Amino acid sequence: MNENNGRQLMLGNKAVARGLYEAGVCFISSYPGTPSTEVTEEAAKYDEIYCEWAPNEKVAMESAFGASLAGRRSFCAQKHVGLNVAADPLYTMSYTGVNAGLVIDVSDDAGMHSSQNEQDSRHHAIAAKVPMIEPSDSKEALEYTKLAFEISEKFDTPVLLKMCTRVAHSQSVVETGERIVPDKPYEKNIAKYVMMPGNAKKRHPFVEQRTKDLIEYAENCPLNRVEIGDTKTGIITCSTSYQYVKEVFGDKVSVLKLGMTNPLPEKLIKDFASRVDKLFVVEELDPIIENHVKALGISVTGKELLPIIDEFSQNLIAEKFGIEKEKSFALEDSIPNRPPVMCAGCPHRGLFYTLKKNNCTVLGDIGCYTLGAVPPLGAIEMTLCMGASIGALHGFNKVRGAESEHKTVAVIGDSTFMHSGMTGLANVAYNQSNSTIIIVDNSITGMTGHQQNPTTGYNIKGDPAGKIDLEALCRAMGFNRVRVVDPYNLDECDKVLKEELAADAPSVIISRRPCALLKYVKHEAPLKVNKEKCVGCKSCMKIGCPAISMKNGKASIDNTLCVGCKVCSQLCPVGALES
Amino acid sequence: METKNIMIVGVGGQGSLLASKLLGHLLLTQGYDVKVSEVHGMSQRGGSVVTYVRFGDKVYSPVIDKGEADFIVSFELLEAARWLPYLKKDGQIVTNTQQIDPMPVITGAAEYPEDLVNKLKSTGAKVDALDYLSLAEKAGSSKAVNIVLLGRLSHYFDLPKEAWMKSLEANVPSKFLEMNKKAFELGKNCEE
Repeated sequence: MNENNGRQLMLGNKAVARGLYEAGVCFISSYPGTPSTEVTEEAAKYDEIYCEWAPNEKVAMESAFGASLAGRRSFCAQKHVGLNVAADPLYTMSYTGVNAGLVIDVSDDAGMHSSQNEQDSRHHAIAAKVPMIEPSDSKEALEYTKLAFEISEKFDTPVLLKMCTRVAHSQSVVETGERIVPDKPYEKNIAKYVMMPGNAKKRHPFVEQRTKDLIEYAENCPLNRVEIGDTKTGIITCSTSYQYVKEVFGDKVSVLKLGMTNPLPEKLIKDFASRVDKLFVVEELDPIIENHVKALGISVTGKELLPIIDEFSQNLIAEKFGIEKEKSFALEDSIPNRPPVMCAGCPHRGLFYTLKKNNCTVLGDIGCYTLGAVPPLGAIEMTLCMGASIGALHGFNKVRGAESEHKTVAVIGDSTFMHSGMTGLANVAYNQSNSTIIIVDNSITGMTGHQQNPTTGYNIKGDPAGKIDLEALCRAMGFNRVRVVDPYNLDECDKVLKEELAADAPSVIISRRPCALLKYVKHEAPLKVNKEKCVGCKSCMKIGCPAISMKNGKASIDNTLCVGCKVCSQLCPVGALES
Repeated sequence: METKNIMIVGVGGQGSLLASKLLGHLLLTQGYDVKVSEVHGMSQRGGSVVTYVRFGDKVYSPVIDKGEADFIVSFELLEAARWLPYLKKDGQIVTNTQQIDPMPVITGAAEYPEDLVNKLKSTGAKVDALDYLSLAEKAGSSKAVNIVLLGRLSHYFDLPKEAWMKSLEANVPSKFLEMNKKAFELGKNCEE
């Protein structure tokens, strides 16, 4: 089946990737983060585009900048919190501008389906003074991506392409086109690209003028459109909120749909407001459009009606606008939650069991292992942002001294360690806190769906690549105590943990075993419960394995889930869990 | 045509993604505007998962809200119960009777409600509940339960069988095609 041309159903993220292909993008560097990950994965399927996973978003964005400087259209993608990491280059790239077009995907996660906060990335666009465009479905995702490169080159600026979970992860119909590759020569230009104070002072007025030019563009550009229906109610909206508004009202209201949310138009909004009786703003998260409208001196209803927290839906919009919907069915029983859990055979499980058993205070990090905080393991006591476990452990130990040094640990994954754990480790080595750092090395970036990283030895296409040796790295940074354990071996984990916590020097423990879901990992036969031996003591239940449950007072193993890791059998006092 | 709504619900890892992909493809070939929405990341790790499939002349919202689903296709019984409030008054549930204990049940913090099929029916909802997993095993693999369920869904749908078969061919690896065709037939023709 030829899916290269014509009408097809496409994931929002894949549509962005298609837009990158058609726009002639040559270079993509990203760090994975839900819901942005698939853009780069899908783009990597085009042989014409060089794609890579960078160690973090800052490096990715700087690399994309370099490629733009060299004269080729370039791109990087990250989730909302990833843009915080990359904010440093972004804010000054606003001053330098670009050579070839540079577009930056930032994916928000209203509703926090897979994130640690619910920040609104539009603030970054305003603060960095760069344009931001927001598609509301896959068709727009493809079209806007291409347009973003034109804006980038026309106005000499990086462009933020703002996605959100519902646009990134929904499929809708797109029409595809051909790839055209523009090429710009690299020209030395110190005044434009060397941002030391003397030069930056001259660039700042350029940035302010550019914003004025972009506002002018916003007044008439194809990204912002008015759909006049009944003029009693006028709604200004953007992104997925537009879809909910149309779902509820169809053509019964007038809509100003903003595809460019920074900078915002002025005349267009004033004109729209003058054509309707009552004006509303429907936008998820913060009142950015609303505040802009109010600053124009226009009376508008926004967050006093609609929530600032969580994502919207058609029912929410209907309810807030006083439209009654038919009630549905309800059960009287309470339905138990089904939270995400560590998979059966997850190598993190044995380590967290050991940490809990030793009554450790665990400062955690971002990844699958964050699930070490949920019952029954409940081992992690803090998670903040990528890499924070090590920094926080250092501060914790510095103020609490010996009372915490021998029981407090940081737990960080291999990919997260490469992302921003290394600088934290440098601080421990340099400022000498007696800290114990555990790198849980499952040889993949797990939570975002198995992306390679600098420690795995493979690149985004699965081809052999450079491989960073974690043990050698830690030793080179000044750690004399670097130990490697197999988290499936509970006795070994326990012994090494006790030794390193007791030591009067900082140490790194690498808990190493590949993710059980990796294709190359061979599974053992599922364990069997010997019902004669099982005394129903529930010792095996302490590790929270989804493959183990109690049936009629005896342990029971789901053989469709069990991968034979034998962590549970090490806990059984009577040897009832047999291979 | 008014937009129709199908929810596919289950437990992370049960194969709902292929079901929604196939359904999206099928509806597109029938000339509809289609939107399919799913959530990736954290929710996949054995958690409750939901995919929304919407089709019609013009589809706006990518999600289905409470009281809107014409069909809820469920891979697991508790999940059918969880998403029941999303069913339209005259909507249809097609659910596998397989039960997978969620972690709060495994740890003893909560109980798996008993007799859920009858409880679902007693709300007045139209419920088609069957051990579709054993039909999948009969077809050749427990993994084909997604196709068995789609076969059952096709029973309630006025779409040509050839269209279903074409979408099956386009979305299933050729070496599993025969088994999946069998799974589809078993689902379509079974007696509740």
